[in-house]
Amino acid sequence: MDLKTVGIVYRKEFTEWVRDRRTLISTVLVPLLIFPIMIVGIVGVSSAMVGKAKQETPKVMIIGGENSPKLLANLSKFENIEIVPYASNWKDQISNKEVRAAAEIPRGFETSLESGSPQTVKIYYYEGELKSSFGADRVEKFFKDYRDSVVKERLAAKNLPASVLSPFEVKQENVAPPEKVSGATIGTFVGYMVIILSMTGAIYPAIELTAGEKERGTMETILSSPISRLDLVLGKFLLVFSASIAAAILSVTSMGTSFAVLSHVHLSDSGGQALQLNLGWLSVVFVFLMALPLSVLFSALLMTIALFAKSYKEAQSYLTPITFVAVIPAIASVMPGVELTPKLALVPVLNTSLVCKEIMTGTYHWSSIAVIFASTCAYAAVALFLAVKTFQRESVLFRS
Amino acid sequence: MIEARGLSKRFQDKKRGEIRAVDNVTFRCQPGQIYGLLGANGAGKTTTLRMLATILEPTDGTAVVCGYDVVENPEKVRANVGFLSTATALYPRLTAQELVEYFGRLNGLDEAVLKKRVDEIFQRLDMNDFRDRRCDKLSTGMKQKTSIARTLVHDPPVMIFDEPTLGLDIMTARTITAFIRECRDRGKTVIFSTHIMSEVEKLCDVIGVIHDGKLLTKGTLARLRDQYGEHDLEEIFIRVVSPLQTKVEV
Repeated sequence: MDLKTVGIVYRKEFTEWVRDRRTLISTVLVPLLIFPIMIVGIVGVSSAMVGKAKQETPKVMIIGGENSPKLLANLSKFENIEIVPYASNWKDQISNKEVRAAAEIPRGFETSLESGSPQTVKIYYYEGELKSSFGADRVEKFFKDYRDSVVKERLAAKNLPASVLSPFEVKQENVAPPEKVSGATIGTFVGYMVIILSMTGAIYPAIELTAGEKERGTMETILSSPISRLDLVLGKFLLVFSASIAAAILSVTSMGTSFAVLSHVHLSDSGGQALQLNLGWLSVVFVFLMALPLSVLFSALLMTIALFAKSYKEAQSYLTPITFVAVIPAIASVMPGVELTPKLALVPVLNTSLVCKEIMTGTYHWSSIAVIFASTCAYAAVALFLAVKTFQRESVLFRS
Repeated sequence: MIEARGLSKRFQDKKRGEIRAVDNVTFRCQPGQIYGLLGANGAGKTTTLRMLATILEPTDGTAVVCGYDVVENPEKVRANVGFLSTATALYPRLTAQELVEYFGRLNGLDEAVLKKRVDEIFQRLDMNDFRDRRCDKLSTGMKQKTSIARTLVHDPPVMIFDEPTLGLDIMTARTITAFIRECRDRGKTVIFSTHIMSEVEKLCDVIGVIHDGKLLTKGTLARLRDQYGEHDLEEIFIRVVSPLQTKVEV
């Protein structure tokens, strides 16, 4: 191996890489923009929709209540809802969004209230429909407040304090530091994204530098130069690996920045109550270190497979199923209840994904980390060896 | 010098079984000479030349190029060879100069020598107008000149041309044939494959006729004319590859 020659190949591949618009899109633009777009898009659209839904005064229909004039009078005074006249097709009206909710008052409600007989007020709404839920919430709030006022009146009549109903309070308090909370909530997602994007970042250059060379006819040109196949593969591999790492670093930076901005916005919106989205940066660095051998594995494997193809299109069709093979274990790791076990520590992709999940929540099982790092390095070395061997096979290079 | 000794190449094909693309080919090509490998499509020309350029490894036999064995010292062989064919394309996103420099560096030239060499070649081939233009923006003629510059950058003593004029327009083809002649005049060993008879007649000092992977005959044009009693090279070629076929009278 001649490092100088490897460097010459790498520099040339890098020059071509940065001049390729498609590469810039897949390796730089997508990882940089996907999170801001996703976060701004999802948060923006959902908060706009919720805000709009909250502004609306929901139309509510009252079913029954003829014998409860006091309740009806209170309901009509309640400003947060608009009472509409009763219609027998009230269910259809809720479904058609003409009415947001309906409240069914039992016959003889006020009489039963006086006598203390148990009774139920039913609130009808359309589940999954945001404005209908808000309408139902407001009606429910009215009835709960009404019930509380009745209770207070009765207690006052018997000279009892309101605290008689709740002699003590129960409250949960978090002791975990913010980064641990973030680790548990979005940390698993970070590990998953690093793994997925380190692979997607490698796909395009892996194809471009193998099947792409064959399709353009430059493979024969480079093979006629005195460079050894080993140096050629290593130079190409380093470029694919760089692209893979670049995509992962850019995506996590973009994700971290997006979350930080979102936390800040939420902080100012919520009057000081911070949204726990700050990442522990030391954990992120560790996740990257764990992802490095996996990135080597992806880069070498994708290059090896893509080399079998004669054209860019053919290589894409080979690599699409491989993407799923890598994505499925990564998804499995973020499922609740999937924990790192000694056996799973040897399953490529899944092991790294699981250990990243642990690292992000601040748990460092050094023996597992060592086993996973070593096993992934071993898989990566095998993949790189395969890539070099494949580049020496005439039947693959000159497949017709 | 090039010396092929019983050079053979077999491929395995799933449908057709074993294919002998090149079968026991032996010939010698001297410095200052153009050796023309004449054959129809699929005769084994490209495979032979790819073995000489060490892009493919022989199944049997070997060849010695500039004193280096193609099997034992393939990298040394490639350092002494300039290989040009219509299949050797250019990197589209490099400029003409970057491409030539890249191959110069791969051939181990240091930066000072490389710069001098590139300037000299670009001047000689009249390429200065497009030296900073990307290869995907070059015309066919400019691309061919860039390919020539690539093969010349390390000043190899042996030049291998595999059907270099295939599919080119007449002006570009003339640039290539002029370049091949110039290589011979500079004392380089040149081997050149084609199926175009007129090119062979114009260029080659020695002709080898290859058919079904076998080198059926070789010699100067004058010797072949004597041997087969024909003046026209096309008739000689037909007599060599299918001896039973009678001459078509027009």
